[in-house]
Amino acid sequence: MIRGPLDKEGPDRLYTVTGGRSRADESRFDMVTLIVSESDPTPGMQSEHVKILRMCRRPLSVVEISSYLELPVSVVKILLCDLLDTGRITARHPHAARPGGRLPGPETLKKVLVALQNL
Amino acid sequence: MSTALPGGAGHAPLRESASNGLKIVIVGGFGVGKTTMVQSVSEIRPLSTEETMTQAGIGIDDASFVRHKTTTTVAFDFGRISLDEQMVLYLFGAPGQERFWFLWDRLFSGTLGAVVLVDTNRLSDSWYALDRLEHHGTPFIVARNNFTEPQHTLEEVREALDLPPEVPMIECDARKRDSSKAVLVALARYLYSLSTNGSAGETTA
Ligand SMILES: Nc1nc2c(ncn2[C@@H]2O[C@H](COP(=O)(O)OP(=O)(O)O)[C@@H](O)[C@H]2O)c(=O)[nH]1
Ligand SMILES: [Mg+2]
Repeated sequence: MIRGPLDKEGPDRLYTVTGGRSRADESRFDMVTLIVSESDPTPGMQSEHVKILRMCRRPLSVVEISSYLELPVSVVKILLCDLLDTGRITARHPHAARPGGRLPGPETLKKVLVALQNL
Repeated sequence: MSTALPGGAGHAPLRESASNGLKIVIVGGFGVGKTTMVQSVSEIRPLSTEETMTQAGIGIDDASFVRHKTTTTVAFDFGRISLDEQMVLYLFGAPGQERFWFLWDRLFSGTLGAVVLVDTNRLSDSWYALDRLEHHGTPFIVARNNFTEPQHTLEEVREALDLPPEVPMIECDARKRDSSKAVLVALARYLYSLSTNGSAGETTA
């Protein structure tokens, strides 16, 4: 697997991008939470925020954003917290992620099964 | 395989109505065919990314990205399949190495289930993954990627891996879309049967 620029820049870039903030808010997003822009970028906005808003004009998952930005998933989650707090994005959370890691109900799993069979 | 180009090109967005992301993980040793399988069924070119954790963050989860702290990085790749108007299934190819499991809860809580991809010549590569999946209570099936003419029956593999009888096993060729699809169908059928409390394999749906 080819690594992104992260390996070269190391923790310093992460520090700059996140402003050294805590990771506490990460739990607000799952890796497969789908992000949708609710506004256009404005002048002076942090470049990562601009990229996210452009990328998410149609829904895109947190993990895809992470791949396109070449930033670790948890750094992207911190960036997304800012955008969510200011109403610039909305988040569509996975229905299946239940506390305790239980499986979704049979209706959902049946739909998954049938959809895969029909691929 | 490479990461995506920056900029607008190549960002394959989802349909407007997409609202429910689902996860399946393909776990296995190095070179067993995880990326190949993701690639053969994904609707997008497989992407890769990474998650980092500070050494201090292992297990306590309150670290911040402060300068000069050592970070550990785990890389993984993934693809996706839009299942219907709302549901999008994400397939993750995950290395089975030890440090990866520290990140399991952060990355893979809510995962529907896992495919343990094995190569019969290197069965011992999968013992640790099987143990960890059991520990996390993640339902899984075992798929044998047939690189060469198989030398063992699936029952022999089951015995060697000490798998309970209810865990489904399947053979595959990860390079072939239909074969990889059949693996996902086998996992979905198993998950469905677990959710209806029926015994595995009896569902005809
Ligand atoms: N002959 C054969 N080669 C395979 C098969 N699956 C994967 N490979 C090859 O094995 C190598 C490693 O596969 P890869 O998917 O990168 O493994 P990963 O490390 O588990 O992601 C690649 O060169 C693949 O082309 C298979 O079913 N048969
Ligand atoms: Mg790989």
